[in-house]
Amino acid sequence: MLRIRRFEEKCVELYSAARIRGFVHLYIGEEAVAVGTMQALGADDAVVATYREHGHALARGVPARSIMAEMFGKVEGCSRGRGGSMHIFDAATRFYGGNAIVGGGLPLAVGLALADKIRGVPRVTACFFGEGAVAEGEFHESMNLAALWKLPVLFCCENNLYAMGTALERSESETDLALKASSYQVAAWSVDGMDVLACQSAAERATTAIRGGGGPVFVEFRTYRFRAHSMYDPELYRSKEEVEHWKQRDPIATFVASLQADGLVTQDALDRVEQEVTAEIEDAIAFAEAGSLEPVEDLARFLYTEQN
Amino acid sequence: MAPAETENVVMTYRDAVRAAIRDALRRDDRVFLMGEDVGCYGGCFAVSRGLLEEFGPERIRDTPLSEAAFVGAGIGAAIGGMRPIVEIMTVNFSLLALDQIMNNAATISHMSGGQFHVPLVIRMTTGAGRQLAAQHSHSLEGWYAHIPGIKVLTPATLEDARGMLWTALEDPDPVLIFEHGSLYNVEGELPAGAGPVDIERAYVRRGGSDISLITYGGTLRTTLAAAEQLAAEGIDCEVLDLRVLRPLDTAAIVASVARTHRAVIVDEGWRSGSISAEICARIVEGAFYELDAPVARVCSREIPMPYAAHLEQAALPRIETIKQAVQRSLGGHHG
Ligand SMILES: Cc1ncc(C[n+]2csc(CCOP(=O)(O)OP(=O)(O)O)c2C)c(N)n1
Ligand SMILES: [Mg+2]
Repeated sequence: MLRIRRFEEKCVELYSAARIRGFVHLYIGEEAVAVGTMQALGADDAVVATYREHGHALARGVPARSIMAEMFGKVEGCSRGRGGSMHIFDAATRFYGGNAIVGGGLPLAVGLALADKIRGVPRVTACFFGEGAVAEGEFHESMNLAALWKLPVLFCCENNLYAMGTALERSESETDLALKASSYQVAAWSVDGMDVLACQSAAERATTAIRGGGGPVFVEFRTYRFRAHSMYDPELYRSKEEVEHWKQRDPIATFVASLQADGLVTQDALDRVEQEVTAEIEDAIAFAEAGSLEPVEDLARFLYTEQN
Repeated sequence: MAPAETENVVMTYRDAVRAAIRDALRRDDRVFLMGEDVGCYGGCFAVSRGLLEEFGPERIRDTPLSEAAFVGAGIGAAIGGMRPIVEIMTVNFSLLALDQIMNNAATISHMSGGQFHVPLVIRMTTGAGRQLAAQHSHSLEGWYAHIPGIKVLTPATLEDARGMLWTALEDPDPVLIFEHGSLYNVEGELPAGAGPVDIERAYVRRGGSDISLITYGGTLRTTLAAAEQLAAEGIDCEVLDLRVLRPLDTAAIVASVARTHRAVIVDEGWRSGSISAEICARIVEGAFYELDAPVARVCSREIPMPYAAHLEQAALPRIETIKQAVQRSLGGHHG
């Protein structure tokens, strides 16, 4: 969680310094969801994410170097600089994007799971999306298909209460999202998304059910984004008090506090983690800085599959 | 005190669109604005900032992330007697509502034998150039112009941003307005009481005798800048702003080419099966014997738009590529 937090804090600096451009959506405040969930996935499983996916990519094991280089638009980036912040793809970790169309990843996840089911490969596809996506048709069509065909999909709904400036109760007639999902005969429950251990056990319970052949599971993670929707927004839609209230539940601070209370971690160990994280991020930035630009002659490469 | 109606006011393109929406809401109670984050958030490009406070949530209506449903609802409300302005954040997301636009909005008048009409305006942002990568950089206005039954407007100036909405709302049929994302911060002067403009004709934005540069929307400014630089080299370009992609003002295109005998089409869309191809065809059909050189096109490279700045710039029409196309067309024969 700390890696993600520090990585993104650096992203803010680098954005201000115009080293990173385009749209950058921060995950700060929501780290427990990706970190907890990834613990329940094996190397063979697949992940589909959204434009707010630095955290998922890092937690999944996509190297910080290749993510940073991607945001610098360098050819050493995981998507060769063609995707940027919103389109992290990494075949080695079965990380299928980085999708910038709200709801766009859900059918894709259903299809990945369908391929596994047809081929008899016992794997899970975890699909992350915001609560805003629940209003899109693609959500409903995907839930129905996955349930109808009993596909091994873990639907991870990151309910941070807002879709840009639209609060959940202003966009959903039924705000109990697990109830909504269960109307498709999908097993569904909610969990405190600010508690990394709770996230992990919810995801483990879900993947156990899915691997047992029970079909898809929907988990609503109740979380909150501490920063603007994208790099800047005037935040006219929520109060400072509300943000402060949620910051009291910071997933990193509360987890560290509970470890300390139980005597499970020393200050030394915490300092060491902080140093390791700093070193890793500095290394990633240096790697990205030193990277090269894709030659313009190669602009049209990969439009179609290169067969050699 | 408010400035007199004829007095010029400095404003941005964004202000001009906002003023147009405000005018429309004041003029006609059947008008309402509907779309994602148009209210509380103030619009994803801050176009509708302040309108919720002024007109209330019934008329500045935030919608959930449901493009197909709220565009379709706009069509229904228009048939039902309202005059909705539906805002889709960007053209990229309009694809989720394409079925409603193409199969309902565009067909109902004709398919019902003229019994029902869809007086709907759909506004959306279009275009690339801000490093937003493939899924947020489409230029599909030319592609929408393929669809009979809708009208397609591309306001490139403050005057058109302000005036086209008015005329579009008076039109009994569905009108799509494409606002290029690079234009919102452009500043200019406009009379405080600027009114409606026609939505039928192309305008000559710069007169010239050597060659016609035909463009619209986001590339108008780039094309004018190229024309300016070429003027310094002694090449006199005419710049035609199409303004309306459907129906195309074929007469204006043909007339311009008849004057200059050469044409370069500048279009941020892809080249194959495109509006630039259509313009080219109209020139061939209507001004073939006027031509002194093959018609040339400067379009976006046919790839999904890449994120990296140098790749994106290389993929888009630029001053440099427009100038090269002009120079090639003239082949050293000008002057
Ligand atoms: C189909 C579509 N419509 C609109 C947008 C613009 N947009 C990007 S993110 C976003 C909010 C999404 O909210 P949510 O699903 O809750 O995810 P969060 O950003 O809160 O993580 C919107 C409206 C988009 N990318 N795709
Ligand atoms: Mg959300």
